[in-house]
Amino acid sequence: MKKPAGKLWHFMGGLHLPDHKDVSTRTPIQQLGIPGRLVIPLQQHIGEPAEVLVRAGDRVSKGQIIARASGYYSASIHASTSGTVVDTIEQPIAHPSGLSAPCIIIKPDGDDRWGKLPPQQDYKKLTPSTLRSLIREAGIVGLGGAGFPTFIKLNPGARHEIDTLILNGAECEPYISCDDMLMRERAEDVIQGLIIMRHALQAKRCLIGIEENKQEAYDAMRLATHALGVADVEVIMIPILYPTGGEKQLIRILTGLEVPHDGLPIDVSVAVHNVATAAAVYDAVEKSQPLISRVVTVTGDGVHGQGNASVLIGTPIQELIEQFGGYTDKAQRLIIGGPMMGFTVSSDQIPVTKTTNCILVASPQETSPPDTHYPCIRCGDCMDVCPVSLLPQQLYWYARARDFDKLQNYHLFDCIECGCCAYVCPSQIPLVQYYRFAKTAIWEQERSRSKSSLARQRFEFREDRLEQEKRERAERMRKKKAALNKPKAGSDANEDPKKAAIKAALERVKKKQATRGVEKTNVDNLTPDQQGKIQQINERRATTQVPAQNGQTDQADKPGT
Amino acid sequence: MLTAILAISLLALVFGVILGLSSRYFHVESDPIVNKIDTLLPQTQCGQCTYPGCRPYAEAMANGEADINQCPPGGQATIDALAELLGVDPKPLNAENGVEEQPMVAIIDEQVCIGCTLCIQACPVDAILGAAKQMHTVIAEECTGCKLCIPPCPVECIDMIPVRQDIEHWKWPYPEATPEALQTDASLTPEAQT
Repeated sequence: MKKPAGKLWHFMGGLHLPDHKDVSTRTPIQQLGIPGRLVIPLQQHIGEPAEVLVRAGDRVSKGQIIARASGYYSASIHASTSGTVVDTIEQPIAHPSGLSAPCIIIKPDGDDRWGKLPPQQDYKKLTPSTLRSLIREAGIVGLGGAGFPTFIKLNPGARHEIDTLILNGAECEPYISCDDMLMRERAEDVIQGLIIMRHALQAKRCLIGIEENKQEAYDAMRLATHALGVADVEVIMIPILYPTGGEKQLIRILTGLEVPHDGLPIDVSVAVHNVATAAAVYDAVEKSQPLISRVVTVTGDGVHGQGNASVLIGTPIQELIEQFGGYTDKAQRLIIGGPMMGFTVSSDQIPVTKTTNCILVASPQETSPPDTHYPCIRCGDCMDVCPVSLLPQQLYWYARARDFDKLQNYHLFDCIECGCCAYVCPSQIPLVQYYRFAKTAIWEQERSRSKSSLARQRFEFREDRLEQEKRERAERMRKKKAALNKPKAGSDANEDPKKAAIKAALERVKKKQATRGVEKTNVDNLTPDQQGKIQQINERRATTQVPAQNGQTDQADKPGT
Repeated sequence: MLTAILAISLLALVFGVILGLSSRYFHVESDPIVNKIDTLLPQTQCGQCTYPGCRPYAEAMANGEADINQCPPGGQATIDALAELLGVDPKPLNAENGVEEQPMVAIIDEQVCIGCTLCIQACPVDAILGAAKQMHTVIAEECTGCKLCIPPCPVECIDMIPVRQDIEHWKWPYPEATPEALQTDASLTPEAQT
């Protein structure tokens, strides 16, 4: 049965937060110019880093592939503008660790010259798998923040069928407005991207979820669906509740389906993609343009102007801040992402990547509570707001005590790190920090376990090998010795054939000698003429043999004298 | 009276037979203690415990010949885990065996290496690749950082370097608790709560 229009479901927990979005939605999306230097990380997605295809000094054109996906879970990377490759070096990237990772540095030439783009094709004539490889070539990853390669999520596989394709326009986290502005300005592109994705997935229906605080975006999207004549795409307004934009939460609200805790949306025949990803898919399929830029929100009291800009991938954050009038006196922390799920970075030289949706320059008032925190009073507020129905308190105790087995019993890995629990905590305990610590500590434990089991395996193998070599050597020695000892031990058996051979030879000689002495059988009854001839021959033989022998001995003696 | 004694004895006999048979037929193969100890050890195979490898040390511990605090690469975490497994009190690492260090990996200066194969023979996990009079190299992923390859090298071309910290292996730090919070929280461990 089809559900009645407008029926929405709820998920457990969630929070109403002040959204702070109006400041960054007053001006249209700005076009940020070409920066003086592009720093393009090789890993901007979940999976394996891409493989570099260019060398220092190479000239690249806009949209040219500069690093190729290395494996299935990977994404290609393209030059954001034309210029010269300076080098591939380690640079700090947008990561909470502040560590460096390999990046391709490009010096733009300012021409912004497009390279040769693949020919455009009518996607409707392409098979879903050709369409997926087209999207893969364009390096498209989920632009909502996680950066999962999109073509994988567009592959339902042989076992599944996708019933519902959801486009995520909820953008529930405060301050962030890049998806909102994108929907307002490029609604038709987003809808067309959605239609292309629907073709790739062969999905039966399409839903677009937009939070109530984005009226303009909602109107623009509704208008676009009418203009494009795709009335079967439902644009649905959903109530404001953080974290509605979470994948599993949005599925719950729009369809009432619950994704299993260890499962994926595909297990309930649903696929969820971000609106910006849909726009990127449209660019890739209809314009043959790879993913080389994205919309980024710049906001917070720490920056003079606030708004959204379309930024080339690889642009240092500092250039973006300068575009918006630079830092104010209140600037205290630089946060990538929103205030709830983002992370602080220590440098503004790090580049914008495919997953950078917001840059929040926070003032002291906007940052999270001070480092001081108080003991847990077991109020249970965290439990009430948890959108995945976990027990944040218990997780906190076990994370504190580093009891990793218990943490997994309490489903730590289902935590989406939305930050609701820490937000409501009256003791200001940095709960999410504890969970993040515990998650990475468990991963490390697993890694060291697998490493030590490998070491054990190799150690045991080596022991076995040494043992075997020893045995083989002993065996060889034994054989050699045996071969040497054999003659002595079995002398009778061995010498007999030799003696027998000598004996046989002697006997043969004796026989010959004996035959010489025997009467010649063919000399009987000879005619006198014949006998005379024999006589003559014998005489001649006697005379010729003697001088010949003498001559020979003379010749033989000569060299000696 | 006699009937009662006989009945009870008969019952005892029957149950005894049942128990005896079930202990034989439903025997549960338990992991020997040596294996349990061995899984807790870091498998560096460095020999700092004075035994030629982790397995021999585990065997010695199971036989009560070795103490639980002789493994420097495992450090305090391993000692604590062993103490819990063996039901003894944890103790600090024995300084005679060495000190706890950050994880290291061997690296061969390939310009200097003369290809003598001595390090290959010393490596307990076959993590060095090479042949006679050919340059050698360390397979970093398989190196346990045991340092056993260093003494045999005649040209001193092997160095131990700390394992490189990269983004993939980075760990979020343990949240710093402020002193006042620590004082009050000391009694609030999960055990104290439940």
